[in-house]
Amino acid sequence: MDAAGTIIVAMIAGALRVSTPFLFVSLGECLTERAGRINLGNEGVLVLGAMVGYATSYHTGSPWVGVLAAAVAGALLGGLHGAICALARVNDVAMGIAIMLAGTGIAFFFGKPYVQPSAPHLPTLPLGFWSDVPQVRSALDVSPLFFLGLLAAFLLHWFFRATRVGLRVRIVGDSADAARALGLGIDRIRLLATACGSGLAGIGGAFLSLSYPGSWNEGLSSGQGLMAVALVVFARWNPLHCITAALIFGAAGALGPSLQTIGVSKGYYLFYAAPYVVTLIVLAITVRPGRALRGMPGELSIGR
Amino acid sequence: MIDGFGISRRRLLGTAGMGAAALGLGTSLLPRTARAGDLTVGFIYVGPKDDYGYNQAHAEAAAVLKTMPGIKVVEEEKVPETDDVAKTMQSMIELDGATLLFPTSFGYFDPYMLKMAAKYPNVQFRHCGGMWNKAKHPMNTGSYFGYIGMGQYLNGIAAGHATKTKKIGFIAAKPIPQVLLNINSFALGAKLVDPSITTQVIFTGDWSMPVKEAEATNSLADQGIDVVTCHVDGPKVIVETAEHRGMFTCGYHANQSALAPKGYLTGAEWNWITVYKEFAAAAMAGKPLGNFVRGGLAEGFVKTSPFGPGVSDASRKQIDAVKAEIMKGGFAVIKGPLKDNKGNAVVAAGAAYPETAIELESMNYLVEGVIGSIS
Repeated sequence: MDAAGTIIVAMIAGALRVSTPFLFVSLGECLTERAGRINLGNEGVLVLGAMVGYATSYHTGSPWVGVLAAAVAGALLGGLHGAICALARVNDVAMGIAIMLAGTGIAFFFGKPYVQPSAPHLPTLPLGFWSDVPQVRSALDVSPLFFLGLLAAFLLHWFFRATRVGLRVRIVGDSADAARALGLGIDRIRLLATACGSGLAGIGGAFLSLSYPGSWNEGLSSGQGLMAVALVVFARWNPLHCITAALIFGAAGALGPSLQTIGVSKGYYLFYAAPYVVTLIVLAITVRPGRALRGMPGELSIGR
Repeated sequence: MIDGFGISRRRLLGTAGMGAAALGLGTSLLPRTARAGDLTVGFIYVGPKDDYGYNQAHAEAAAVLKTMPGIKVVEEEKVPETDDVAKTMQSMIELDGATLLFPTSFGYFDPYMLKMAAKYPNVQFRHCGGMWNKAKHPMNTGSYFGYIGMGQYLNGIAAGHATKTKKIGFIAAKPIPQVLLNINSFALGAKLVDPSITTQVIFTGDWSMPVKEAEATNSLADQGIDVVTCHVDGPKVIVETAEHRGMFTCGYHANQSALAPKGYLTGAEWNWITVYKEFAAAAMAGKPLGNFVRGGLAEGFVKTSPFGPGVSDASRKQIDAVKAEIMKGGFAVIKGPLKDNKGNAVVAAGAAYPETAIELESMNYLVEGVIGSIS
């Protein structure tokens, strides 16, 4: 295969492999923020989900039970965030940082015995069966969680656009006054949105430990949860754009290693920074001073 | 918010004060020093001690040391290279009565360990690395380190026999001299088997980057590379991913054969117990401890993993023969004439650098046959 082909296959493979945790966390964060709350704790939820998923898979022998357990653990931690933020004068950004530290701390503490053992992994769907190029076959070995993430994005989009509950979430997120006038339970809706959002982020964590890279250790997330929070801004709070954003991030992450294998080895630190540079450029282009971000829920504490 | 919970600041301070008093009472009941003749040894690790890597290699040796009579071992893992390590050292000395400390991570040395060494002149500090300098540093401190390049050389021979595509890979964290020596040794070992073998190197940029390490392994596999080894803190992800992709692997730091029962060939492992036993024995006998201790395979500081099923008889024979040569001492992997991968002569004909040579500590090139660049 020629150099350009290699890079393209590697980037597609990277997009399919690396994007899933970004997708789940950004969808979860999207749901939470559309209800008017920020949850920086999703980094901690991601790490906790990875640990709980791995440990559960190890003990029960079923990776799917692990995914479920990760979602539940994520929802509990997210619920805690939601419940505390409902108290008067609690800053959700500061609380999110506390939740992030708590989540990683809990995961490191209870995850200690699971660094060494190997837990059963999630199966992959061999979608490359039609090709006899081994690179293509391996690139199209896609985790079912990826498709679950795509499904979740479309469902979430439909939920916001066409359902009564989705409309309520948006009202709560856009104007607390309007929500009060309609007699909606603001705190309850935000609590549920935060818990469900963190549940999704927990599934993203389970993907990290049970699918790719498929191992639990303490350096696993390396900030991916936080990046996904930024991706929501990048995606303009639109679940469908979250897919694009996650895929771009995944592909850009594959750029560094694959360029080195075809002999472009100078400046690999720059290639590794590519996803972040892209984010910076997009934000710089779309954000102008004195104007709220397009698509941003009106109740977000950073916008008020 | 505090008012909302009915806790006033004064009450909070009072409770905290009581807590501190109780804590103080508790610690004063603990033994301040160990019994005479006994030795308490403190180990400090930068990461988890079961990481299948650098920290596990130290922790395994500490576990062996623990079983020796008269020795008590205290350990703390995941201690950052900040003021935290100074506090850990202080508490090991004050509360556990440790008189011999092994802070095992590079960044612990300056200023944290030096500061503690000045404060506690009767405690011995030995740091894993090569930073001790007689002119600058006190005599109750010191360095110990192993030369593991020979292990990677033997890995390279195993890889050279196992590869079918004549392309092997090395995943490295950062291009520092010790890592470059490992890459070059691995490549030269493989070239001993077949000079046409190339070694593709990928730098991930940091010591623990699981997602990038997995991506790097996959990129190597996609390029038809069929044997891989690494120099990162925890090789678990790389070894597992490589096994999944049907590649052979050579281990590093510790024995990872359990992670890759099919593809694990052999590995370069630390054998720190040799060093720790020596220090502990000297300390218990009241003799002075070495300040600058180093050794390689021949001295027992480094060992190789048992052969996996993918190692052929010819490969075993050659590895054992070269290992026997190394065991005699003075063996040099880096010897002239040697060119780097840009075609410049880096070692003149006739020159040979055994693992103790000072020239190797400033290595800044990749040898011919390695694909990659250090900047």
